[in-house]
Amino acid sequence: MDAIVAENLERRFGDLAAVKDVSFTVGEGEVFGFLGPNGAGKTTTINMLCTLLRPSAGSARVNGFDIARQRSEVRRSIGLVFQDVTLDQYLSAEQNLRFHAYAYGLAAAEYEPRMERLLRLLELWERRKAGIQEFSGGMKRRLEIVRGLLHHPRVLFLDEPTIGLDPQTRHAIWQYLAGLRRRERLTVFLTTHNMEEAEICDRIAIMDHGTIVAMDTPPALKARVGGEVIRLKAPDNAVLLRELREVYRLDAVLDDDHVQCTVAGGQEWLPRFVRESRQPLLSLSMRGPTLDDVFLKITGTAMRQESAEPLAMMRRYRGRR
Amino acid sequence: MRNEFLRGLWVVAYREWVRLLRDRPRMISSLAVPLFFFGIIGAGFNRAIGGLAPGVDFVQFLFPGIVAQTVFMTSIFSGLSVVWDREFGFLKELLVAPISRFGIVCGKVAGGASLALMQALVMLLLSPVANVPVTAPLMLTLVPLLALMSLSVASLGILIASRMHSQQGFQLLMQLLILPMIVLSGAFFPLNKAPDWLSIVAKLNPFTYGVDSIRQAFLAHMAGTQAAGAASPLSVAVLGHVMTLWNDVLIVGACGAALLVAAVWAFTRQE
Repeated sequence: MDAIVAENLERRFGDLAAVKDVSFTVGEGEVFGFLGPNGAGKTTTINMLCTLLRPSAGSARVNGFDIARQRSEVRRSIGLVFQDVTLDQYLSAEQNLRFHAYAYGLAAAEYEPRMERLLRLLELWERRKAGIQEFSGGMKRRLEIVRGLLHHPRVLFLDEPTIGLDPQTRHAIWQYLAGLRRRERLTVFLTTHNMEEAEICDRIAIMDHGTIVAMDTPPALKARVGGEVIRLKAPDNAVLLRELREVYRLDAVLDDDHVQCTVAGGQEWLPRFVRESRQPLLSLSMRGPTLDDVFLKITGTAMRQESAEPLAMMRRYRGRR
Repeated sequence: MRNEFLRGLWVVAYREWVRLLRDRPRMISSLAVPLFFFGIIGAGFNRAIGGLAPGVDFVQFLFPGIVAQTVFMTSIFSGLSVVWDREFGFLKELLVAPISRFGIVCGKVAGGASLALMQALVMLLLSPVANVPVTAPLMLTLVPLLALMSLSVASLGILIASRMHSQQGFQLLMQLLILPMIVLSGAFFPLNKAPDWLSIVAKLNPFTYGVDSIRQAFLAHMAGTQAAGAASPLSVAVLGHVMTLWNDVLIVGACGAALLVAAVWAFTRQE
């Protein structure tokens, strides 16, 4: 059985469509990622799948349960880590977890051992009696991951999971999730605008302006870029650009003080170009395609730029809510 | 517990208790404020005003009002806890848990109301200072009355909170609605001696009947007074009819039921 099946999901806020005609299937045990800039509709999609928002149109099933008609069955079978903290600031770490266990109707024999194991793994065991107010951002996020896994969910939703986590903790979490995936067939659904995080997914759906613009495995997506990304710099970039376009028929563009192009079989092409070209080169570099390049290729806009500029990001976010 | 309503009810109510016990400042302030009212107003006016009815001085009159006011304040704050939960994100954890929304609302109401009832009982420890005897028969009447009132007011708090998205909004509403409701309820002065406009406004205020029910219970159990009956100058009369304890209970209960239904409706249809 598939873990998630979404069919033509749509969500409007007033006359603004945050999510339009989104369809996808996530297999059991798969790690599936939504990649896209802020405001692309990733969180809105998660909120619909976890029964917080009702779809304006379309339908979805999570673990075989309809998200509109079998809400409590859906809720029982999923774990969630939201983008913002959803812990009770007035309780201790342990009390937060116990509250969760009570709310999900777990028996003590069921959750106590798992709670200890998870707390130790995420290095929170010593601090379990402390109040949440004393926790750092990373500790809160780790605690939320413990909580999200406490009731043995079959699908774990992670909304921008690694914000505020250091690389070691991130690694430990992914290792543990990989283990759960093997042992319990846990399915992970995550949203991210972080390219490295997207790399660990089995499959990625790229979202922009509320729709899925591409969906495939990371290598297959990168193959769409059509080769290696080569960056060159010459004393006169304009001449270099013209040569690449006219002689080599490449779709070269000027990017800052470099000329950039994508070449299939770049490993062979580059030495040949260096031999043949009359251009004195000041610098050259070649790399394999990244998901950034994929996003740029498909949507025509860069994603990283946007996340680097908080103001532009906010403007976009505001405009799209 | 298998039932999603009952589980929601108890985990949410339980959390209200755990939270209060961990929040010392709130615990202290919710007891200090009524003490302050009682101490200052009581001491300030008692000698100046003297007896209000045969055998009832001002402090004895005021004490039931202060108890009612304590219940009101604490219960209405259960609404603030919903706003807090929304602001700090915890409401999301509740909303995605496999518990029914109806259970969550009832848990908030029950949690807030039971805290208020607890607080009212603590206030009763002051009864010797007010020279108001607290007897077993009085308690048998008083506890159900206080419970009914705290459930009704907690429902009002949740109803307001379902539409509020910030603490500032809730605080503003406190100033505009809650304070007038308390002051214009006859908790602090007898309505029969108030000017007409004031007494009309007070009689439109449902909380007036909550206060009256509690005061009637106290006065009926005070030895040597006939202050509770129709002849008493302390009774609340509406259009010439003197309210009995049962009339008051009916009004508070009807308002409470309507508020609870409205609160459930408002809370369950939010997204």
